[in-house]
Amino acid sequence: MPVSKFIDGNAAAAYGVKLCRPDVVCAYPITPQTPIVEYIAEFIAKGELSSKYLTIEGEHSAMMATVAAASAGVRTFTATSAQGLAYMQEGLFYAAGSRLPIVMAVVNRSMGPPWTILAGHDDTIAQRDTGWMQVYCENGQEILDTVIQSYKIAEDRRVLVPIMVCFEGFVISHCYEQVIIPDQEEIDDFLPLYDPPYKLDVKDPLILTTFAVPAYWMGYKKKHEEALEAAKKVIVETENEYAGRFGRSYGGLFQAYRCEDAEAVILTMGSLARTTKAVVDRFRELGFRLGLVKLKTFRPFPGAELKPLLEKMKVVGVLERNYSVGGCGGAVFSELRSALYNLEDGPLILDFIAGMGGQDITPSEIEAVAKKTVKVAQAERVERETEWLLGGIA
Amino acid sequence: MAQLTIEKLPKEEYYMPGNALCAGCGESLAMRLALKVLGWKTVVVTVPGCMSVALIQGASAVPLLVGPFASGGALLSGVETAMEAKGIKDVNVVAFIGDGGTADIGLQALSAMVERDHNVIYICLDNEAYMNTGGQRSGATPFKAATTTTPGIGLGGKLQPKKDIPLIMADHGTPYVATASIGLPLDYMEKIRKAMRIRGSKYIQVLCPCPVGWGFHESKTVEFARLAVATRIWPLYEVEKGRLKITYEPKEPKPVKEYLRTQRRFDHLTGEDLAKLQELVDRGWMELKLRSLLSEERGGYKPCL
Repeated sequence: MPVSKFIDGNAAAAYGVKLCRPDVVCAYPITPQTPIVEYIAEFIAKGELSSKYLTIEGEHSAMMATVAAASAGVRTFTATSAQGLAYMQEGLFYAAGSRLPIVMAVVNRSMGPPWTILAGHDDTIAQRDTGWMQVYCENGQEILDTVIQSYKIAEDRRVLVPIMVCFEGFVISHCYEQVIIPDQEEIDDFLPLYDPPYKLDVKDPLILTTFAVPAYWMGYKKKHEEALEAAKKVIVETENEYAGRFGRSYGGLFQAYRCEDAEAVILTMGSLARTTKAVVDRFRELGFRLGLVKLKTFRPFPGAELKPLLEKMKVVGVLERNYSVGGCGGAVFSELRSALYNLEDGPLILDFIAGMGGQDITPSEIEAVAKKTVKVAQAERVERETEWLLGGIA
Repeated sequence: MAQLTIEKLPKEEYYMPGNALCAGCGESLAMRLALKVLGWKTVVVTVPGCMSVALIQGASAVPLLVGPFASGGALLSGVETAMEAKGIKDVNVVAFIGDGGTADIGLQALSAMVERDHNVIYICLDNEAYMNTGGQRSGATPFKAATTTTPGIGLGGKLQPKKDIPLIMADHGTPYVATASIGLPLDYMEKIRKAMRIRGSKYIQVLCPCPVGWGFHESKTVEFARLAVATRIWPLYEVEKGRLKITYEPKEPKPVKEYLRTQRRFDHLTGEDLAKLQELVDRGWMELKLRSLLSEERGGYKPCL
């Protein structure tokens, strides 16, 4: 029987991992991810989970020991945050280039300096070109369900790409909510045993992480790109199957809320979607045709899939917890605008930078974002493309 | 187990010819001999270096994983943990990593792997510099040796002595640590066989002279590997849980200048330098003797809670 537990986001991730029964868990503590590694250690100590737990000495080694274990053909899990993720970076390329379906929870925290341990999506966004899939979660239940789905997606023979399950530090990782924990048998039925196509095996010796001459090197990258394209289909399939079995759905690539007759939408990721929903409801009551798009999957970026929905809009206001310094706004804005650029009569696009370094985003601030978005929809003209929500310190 | 002899070495080869390593490469010999002893039930991991170049080109007939430069210890830890998770108990998990990947960039991963006591064998192929990138100084480059980043003329070679990784590993309380030289192949292979019988982390550092980097003719590799031992510059010993035993004692040690004077990397040494190096080698040997005597008397292992 599924049970409902009052737990925080980190515990939701740990319970999700437990249900997937990885053979090897290898992680190094970092705030605000630490409770995940503690919860899993406790599951193993109590005999509730039979994984081998590799208590590694740093994130570079954490990623590479995970890569090594996955290369030996077992299901793996690791978790990190911010500086730890950056320290792993070399290994992130190894994991993705080796096409190993590693699942990693990343508790989003802004990159120092200035030092902070609080939320921001800038840590994972900085790793967007490493070849991993990236999905962003809004609450504990979504984290648990997404971890389970992630194993199925990553291990699918059409994909075989590692995946980061991302959620914001403290606002989600340490926020307690009621979370439904599915039955082990149901998950065993949903998630098949991992059967890798290639592994380190003395009876079938292979040279892994090999070298490629120029004639082949780009071919590998093209295959990788095709796998991420295929992943879009697999993500939606998996989401639909999961929804059918467990009755919970998050849209797979993205989720549209009150968009049917909308002329303007706010597009955002993670926890901000929740507050934005409430703001959208209020604006609807006031008669504004405003909707919300929650972008769940950032890699692969669902540009083509978003087109049919967004081409009908007058304005898309992107609200995001990251910024590419010296670039053209935040990463979500840049990629979305790029994806929609060739539309003949596409929407105007605005960028609102907010919530990095743990800055609190209140409903009234999102109301201001909604007001500006709606105003641009009426004026059909953009004055300021990128706006920083700096709270009281503008 | 019967003593190994050159005549009775396994005929099987797991290190394939036709790879890109240089003529007279000491590492090639070390790799070939080691795999003969380890056999086919072996998984090899390595990191960038001369050996990785050969192995990824197909020189490895056993399963191979190559990781980033700093990751040797982590790769061993990960593969071993996965093997344990799968219940596979009869496979040797072995790293072959150069001195730079060991003494410098990979030391953290190695130290932590040994501290966690993974059941693996780490073989350091020591050619005393970053030879794959053209011969730059590493922590394991000996005192006064010229490299491309410590020129002999002007600087006088490396200003610091060689980092003593075998003893650093020994002081981790590692179950088995040994030094070896490809010039004494039976001693080297017996040490690998011993390592295969011991549970926990094993560390073997084998001296692999490099004709290109050291500056000698490619036909002289084995000669230099022997001379390093005969002059006591590279003493052969093993340490089990802190107990040190010298495994080969040259009856009449040769003067160090016989080893140094014939290598281009030591061309710039003055008479004074030679005397200083002789003194350091003699002192190093005395320290080893003392430690081996203490080991006999007291066990030599300092527990640490």
